[in-house]
Amino acid sequence: MGLLSDPNRRKALTGLLTRLNTPICVVCFLAAVVWFMGLAFEPFTLRSYMSENAMGSTMVEERFSSGERALALAKEFGAHKRKAGGMPVDWLVKAMRSRGLEVFTQSFSRKLPFPDENKERYMVRGTNVYGILRAPRAPRTEALVITAPCSPGDSNNQAVALLLALAQYFRNQVYWAKDIIFLVNEHDLIGTQAWLEGYHHTNITGMEYSPLQGRAGSIQAALSLELSSDVITSLDLVLEGLNGQLPNLDLANLFYAFCQKLGVLCTIQGKLQRNDWDTAEGYTHAAQTMMLMVLKQACGRSWGDHGLFLRYHIEAASIRGINSFRHYKTDITTIGRLLEGMVRKLNNLLERLHQSYFFYLLPSLSRFVSIGYYMPAFGLLAVILLLRALDLWVHLGAPALTAVDGVTEAEQPSSPGVLTVLTPLVISHLTGVALYLLPVHLQEMAVEHFPVSETEAVVLTAIAIYTAGLALPHNTQRLLSGEGTEQGWKVLKLTALLYLAVLLGCTALINFSLGFILAITLVPITASITPHMPKALSAVVMVLLSPAFTILYCVFIYQELIEAPVSIGEGWMLFLSVISQGILDHALYGSLVYPLLALFIYPCWLMFWNILFWN
Amino acid sequence: MAAPLTLLLIVAVTIRAVLFRSNLAELISERVEVVSPLNAWKRVVEGLALLDLGVSPYSGDVFHETPFMIYLFHFLVDYAELVFMIADGITAVALYQSIQTYNKNVFRKQKYALESDRYPADCLELLRSPKEMFYIPLKVAMFYLLNPFTILSCVAKSTCGLNNAIIALFILCTLKGSALLSGILLALATYQSIYPLTLFAPALLFFLQRLYIPVNLRRSSFWFFTLQYAFIYVGSLVVITGLSFFLLGSWDFIPSVYGFILSVPDLTPNIGLFWYFFAEMFEHFRLFFICVFQINVFFYTIPLSIKLKEHPVFLIFMQIAIISIFKSYPTVGDVALYMAFLPAWSHLYRFLRNIFLVSCVLLACAALFPVLWHLWIYAGSANSNFYYAITLLFNFGQILLVSDYFYAYLRREHHLTHGLYLKKKDGTEATLVLK
Repeated sequence: MGLLSDPNRRKALTGLLTRLNTPICVVCFLAAVVWFMGLAFEPFTLRSYMSENAMGSTMVEERFSSGERALALAKEFGAHKRKAGGMPVDWLVKAMRSRGLEVFTQSFSRKLPFPDENKERYMVRGTNVYGILRAPRAPRTEALVITAPCSPGDSNNQAVALLLALAQYFRNQVYWAKDIIFLVNEHDLIGTQAWLEGYHHTNITGMEYSPLQGRAGSIQAALSLELSSDVITSLDLVLEGLNGQLPNLDLANLFYAFCQKLGVLCTIQGKLQRNDWDTAEGYTHAAQTMMLMVLKQACGRSWGDHGLFLRYHIEAASIRGINSFRHYKTDITTIGRLLEGMVRKLNNLLERLHQSYFFYLLPSLSRFVSIGYYMPAFGLLAVILLLRALDLWVHLGAPALTAVDGVTEAEQPSSPGVLTVLTPLVISHLTGVALYLLPVHLQEMAVEHFPVSETEAVVLTAIAIYTAGLALPHNTQRLLSGEGTEQGWKVLKLTALLYLAVLLGCTALINFSLGFILAITLVPITASITPHMPKALSAVVMVLLSPAFTILYCVFIYQELIEAPVSIGEGWMLFLSVISQGILDHALYGSLVYPLLALFIYPCWLMFWNILFWN
Repeated sequence: MAAPLTLLLIVAVTIRAVLFRSNLAELISERVEVVSPLNAWKRVVEGLALLDLGVSPYSGDVFHETPFMIYLFHFLVDYAELVFMIADGITAVALYQSIQTYNKNVFRKQKYALESDRYPADCLELLRSPKEMFYIPLKVAMFYLLNPFTILSCVAKSTCGLNNAIIALFILCTLKGSALLSGILLALATYQSIYPLTLFAPALLFFLQRLYIPVNLRRSSFWFFTLQYAFIYVGSLVVITGLSFFLLGSWDFIPSVYGFILSVPDLTPNIGLFWYFFAEMFEHFRLFFICVFQINVFFYTIPLSIKLKEHPVFLIFMQIAIISIFKSYPTVGDVALYMAFLPAWSHLYRFLRNIFLVSCVLLACAALFPVLWHLWIYAGSANSNFYYAITLLFNFGQILLVSDYFYAYLRREHHLTHGLYLKKKDGTEATLVLK
């Protein structure tokens, strides 16, 4: 406490911090970037290891052998699917029942707020079929879920067939201590959402569904399977869930361990692991893998059917079979064995997965960066905001800090009224509310008056409101009586800086990637903005670093990283579809990225925009 | 000044009424920061249901309100929202009146001291002007009514708002000089939650000062008044407790209310310091540390009363703050009560040292509480340590705030007697350090 009570040392410290404020901020920013890029460098990361005892040391022998039968089933399922023109519910019920499961169905329907052009759906009506294998060995208080989506066309037939084959094989084993639920869901995430809400008796998104007739215990873990070919070259693990939530790292470790054991090629973000970390290519590869994870996590959507399970405290991951032109192939029996092994290990769990990390980034499957290593990168950025705030506070003539001895302080200039801060604050937040509410509510009106489709109407309205917000500073000034004073913008900037720091801090805790991406684009401009900068130039820079442009950059970087670069025009179309998907994700599954951006980040950015046009 | 106060009350009531009608009300009333096991509305409803069934409301180990409270809501349960809004209004008006009275006293004293030339010449800029003091009562009322903490607490129907009203009325009666009413209200406040017991000392000091009785243990007039006030207090406490017994016909409420407050059996997380500590502790140390933690709340009364015996109103503020930091089930409603007093000390602003740090810490904590709660309880990715870390930080900020005001107050008084520009013996400029 010496520092807090000894006036002389405090004086020295604040003096140092204000004098060297700009250099310290620049150093912090560079350090943050370097730190973040260094996270992918292998010597700085930890080798992943299994923390959970119940899964680590127990021996499991995989005996699943009915891969051929599964392939035959896939053909049969495909035929029935084509005949039914959707999910062959009756056939599935019969198939599951004949394999000795308790079978139930759940129908659901959902009207989207506006048509989804990517997946071409508006009024969604579908059925989930699930079968429960009751545990013979223990009271039925816990359950595991294996799910396969029933997708349109011929995709995922093999996944459903493998599910059925596994069910048949599992039925004959005696060692199950947890109920196993085999779920085939229609309409991918919407079906999963309906099933999960039905299972847990909640309704958070306004979905209509019939109640579940049969239940098992509390679900401990879930695996989602996506498989569209008879043989595969590699298996891809998808972890990123809703709002950037990740499953326990042990689940990834488990998958990796079995891939090693059975000799299956495994990838993450579609990228194989490389062993040459000390070469430039090796590092770039790891950095690309990590960047992909950061981008995927930041966008806050569920990247597989597993993503919605995470909200219910269920550890879940998607396993996706990839068939490329590589020579080395893995047959479906091996995948079955891999799943069998994973489920058996999960069956051994005595409590929920909790030993390992929940906050991590993966530069490769065998290496991870934990929260303690990546948080400093964000912390360095947040410190900039606080330092700038401190600097402003000192300049505003707070007696506590300029001269610790309040005595020597000259008479304070009259502080600007609370109105100078409150007006921009309220107006920019009202704009935020408009950005959040109007696009979906005004779509009918927009469609009537302009020759656009509903989806386009929503996205374009959002962009229009976003742009209209830029005209605000002039209006705000007109509302205020008199000229904006020097004191006024400093107080406003102080408020805005602290607001942004708290906002980004909270975001980074929930979704590190989103917080970091926003911080790295917002911090430089917000920290340096003053009304005395050249207006036109700083206005351009500010707009180029605004949240909407951040999304645009992310789209291009993402496309570059998945090795599918796009032209400017395609990128723009992708940008529009990303916005509409974001709004849809919020309405359908409760993703928080869109409200966060519209209701908080954008108004906060507008406050800084206001400062630029203070006079 | 009545018009702005009325306007303020109307605004405050509108905000509350809107929130009561919105679907946020349910969410807010579940937040552990806003309601504690002691004052949750859900538990009051449970107690009422038991009472209606003719069972003792304390039989279920859920209800921990005092008998008065349950009988109050027995009649007013349909108007609960109104009761809580009125309670907030009463608190605000009482605080407004108290601070107005206090400021008048301060100004009068300052005038006498000026006339008798007791202040050093260079201290004139430290003196308070009527212009500056004019809006302070209104600001105090505003700080209470528009504080988000108070609003949350009211919307959650936490009975903390009623306790705050009683304490505010007690302060008002004390400052108006009515020993009888003050004693009765203090007894009522103690009856509600034990801890206001420590307010006995400042109230007594205030009356002694008001009646020009010196605090001298050898003087009979001192003992006479002390015994008189203590008698009013203890007498009303006995009467109130006795009345409760007759209302319920049993002494069940003693262990269920006071035992519950003192022995802290419910370790639901809250913004206080108890829950984590006692959740982690081995059972056989529990009694010892319970005693330590509880004595901690009451202990500060003695040194503070000695140090601040000339400034009982500031002592009341310090005591309320200490109670709300160290009590066993604190909620944000308690924090709001002492924060309402901050405008009354706005003249200390120039001596505050850590106000920037403290405001940043309190602001960040207020935002992080729900975030870390979400990560711990819903996402399952964080754990109780994360939440407790924020609790610790929040309390650190509060303690820093209170000690900063304490230091600033003492420092101003020191300057008022020794002059503003202090010199060391060697002639260099001196600084005051609190050690």
